Amino acid sequence: MPGYTDPSFDTLALHAGAAPDPATGARAVPIHLTTSFVFESSDHAAALFNLERAGHVYSRISNPTNAVLEQRVAALEGGIGAISTASGQAALHLTIATLMGAGSHIVASTALYGGSHNLLHYTLSRFGIETTFVKPNDIDAWKAAVRPNTKLFFGETVGNPGLDVLDIPTISAIAHEAGVPLLVDSTLTSPYLIKPFELGADLVYHSATKFLSGHGTVIGGIVVDGGSFDWEKSGKFPELTQSYEGFHNMVFSEESTVGAFLLRARREGLRDFGACLSPHSAWLILQGIETLPLRMERHMANTEKVVQFLASHPMVSRVGHPLIDSHPSHALAEKLLRFGARGAGSVFSFDLKGSRAQGVAFIEALKLFSHLANVGDCRSLVIHPASTTHFRMSDEALAGAGIGPGTIRLSIGLEDPADLIDDLKRALKAAEKAGGETAKPAKA
Amino acid sequence: MKFNLQTPAGQSYVAYAYTGGKAFDPAKPTVVFIHGVLHDHSVWILQSRYLAHHGFNVLAVDLPGHCRSGGDAPSTVEEASQFIEALLDAAGVEKAALVGHSWGSLIALETAARLKERITHLALVGTAFPMKVSPALLEASLHEPSKAMHMVNVFSRATLAAPPSGLGPGTWVFGTSLALNRRVLASNPAVNVFHRGFVACDSYANGLQAMEAVTCPVLFLLGASDQMTTPRAAQSLVQQAKQSGKQFTVVNVPMGHHQMNESPEETLQALKTFLGA
Repeated sequence: MPGYTDPSFDTLALHAGAAPDPATGARAVPIHLTTSFVFESSDHAAALFNLERAGHVYSRISNPTNAVLEQRVAALEGGIGAISTASGQAALHLTIATLMGAGSHIVASTALYGGSHNLLHYTLSRFGIETTFVKPNDIDAWKAAVRPNTKLFFGETVGNPGLDVLDIPTISAIAHEAGVPLLVDSTLTSPYLIKPFELGADLVYHSATKFLSGHGTVIGGIVVDGGSFDWEKSGKFPELTQSYEGFHNMVFSEESTVGAFLLRARREGLRDFGACLSPHSAWLILQGIETLPLRMERHMANTEKVVQFLASHPMVSRVGHPLIDSHPSHALAEKLLRFGARGAGSVFSFDLKGSRAQGVAFIEALKLFSHLANVGDCRSLVIHPASTTHFRMSDEALAGAGIGPGTIRLSIGLEDPADLIDDLKRALKAAEKAGGETAKPAKA
Repeated sequence: MKFNLQTPAGQSYVAYAYTGGKAFDPAKPTVVFIHGVLHDHSVWILQSRYLAHHGFNVLAVDLPGHCRSGGDAPSTVEEASQFIEALLDAAGVEKAALVGHSWGSLIALETAARLKERITHLALVGTAFPMKVSPALLEASLHEPSKAMHMVNVFSRATLAAPPSGLGPGTWVFGTSLALNRRVLASNPAVNVFHRGFVACDSYANGLQAMEAVTCPVLFLLGASDQMTTPRAAQSLVQQAKQSGKQFTVVNVPMGHHQMNESPEETLQALKTFLGA
């Protein structure tokens, strides 16, 4: 820096937010394991608290290691800044709690991570925030769900676990017409596979636990503001556009024309709810992000091979990846994702032919795939959503999210794809045997 | 804070100035902050808020036709300077310090030259004279503003790792600037304020005469790695200040063109020292 063009993704993944440590010369990002930061003087302390000077006070509010992570993810997303949180769920909660209170309403996609659905449907309704769920690509349903008290549209870039690609340009236009922002969960796509802000989204969050960290070692989340939504013009967000007694009577939208959301989210949400990220966790996520472009390429390549294998196997009735031409989001994936349908992520589901017992036999026969509740690891993972991640959902809600009782979800890792396919072959054979001769499918 | 003003043609409009989170108090000395092209008052968030809480009135303006201010976007530095004078009159400010960034530095310079002793201090941040804009950039600002914004943003930046900035820790200053650029451009559907501002910079010819006419102390606050207004491009004004016997100071901060958010602390310290805060 500086150069003549925008820094590329790969460069930002390594350098955004970080410079050699001026105190020690350390090239890698130091882990600042300290709760607090010494004030230079009483005046310095007062100025930091009053947002007259920028700096760190207390690690629940900000920390230098976390700040590097926040700048880096904001850079990769093309946003104005970010706030790291204790988990992806904490990022979602922080976003919602910053934008609304009791009496508000959200329109959300049905194709959500089970935990997100749970938060919206059960927990937030207890606090007076209602959610209407609509099928992600039922455009008329998004329009029809808008109420006078609607404050947010929300969906996943590729819905969990059916990989319904969210039509961000169309849905964001409906949201903006209604005077509300579109928040997207881009966990499964990471910043590498889609650019939600360029497509019209206003806020993006990630469970950094997944592809951003990439190694299954840390829980974390992050919310990024694209700086595009005009809170004042909307007129629906007094939290950001009117004087707030809880923080020096600040009018956040006056302080920062584009950054009101982040100002309030950090000064109120992190301060009061306290779901901050440990600096050690921030460092682990940063380590992962440094290789994000390399890993995502391999995730995509491996996924493509596994999808092709499964799609041609006689024990498989459906493969839910937009790489398959018949997938309902194939065309949208080709249009919106950076690498087309190939870039629709490496977390997808497929349906086994046969009984629930055969599904159990399949899972238990796998050797390389780990049976656990996570995705986006460098190792390949498998889970049965109906009995784990989405078990709180009713059958009707489950069907609405595109999940059947026999659906298996895979998260394709970075192993040699030939070994992954061997593992799947063995497990599919076990499932076939578990079904006996009557359930045995005809050979193709 | 809002002011009812009139355009040179006599049309009424409302102008906005951020007061740093404190009520305007005529008894205090006043500092007027003037932003550059495709910016607004919020680029001064840290410095203006600090001074407002340390004994000063702050008026961080949105130039006419920019964001919260109505009126016609100024076509020339001189026209913008008349707006600053009108604002001071409307606010009842007898004397004021002026702090301007980039285009705003030329507006501050011209205003200080015209208003003489009414201006107590003149801080020129990221300044140059002449402030020529390349024909390619001028053209792009008119016909390909998005591309031009990226060009300006890259030229303006000196680091991928800015310290905690306008939004506090976690601010990505590249993105913040781009988002603000887009917002300011969109705020005026009648005029391309990007191109108009650049034309105003490019066409301003009175810099040396203005510097000679200035009667107050001058601070040159330059970015050592500034590619938009390089420290060398400010030397004509520095030399003029020297030759005409001005009391002046040159401070180089170790960053690029956006001193306020790439070097917020160094910028604040320089302003504090200069203004006696």
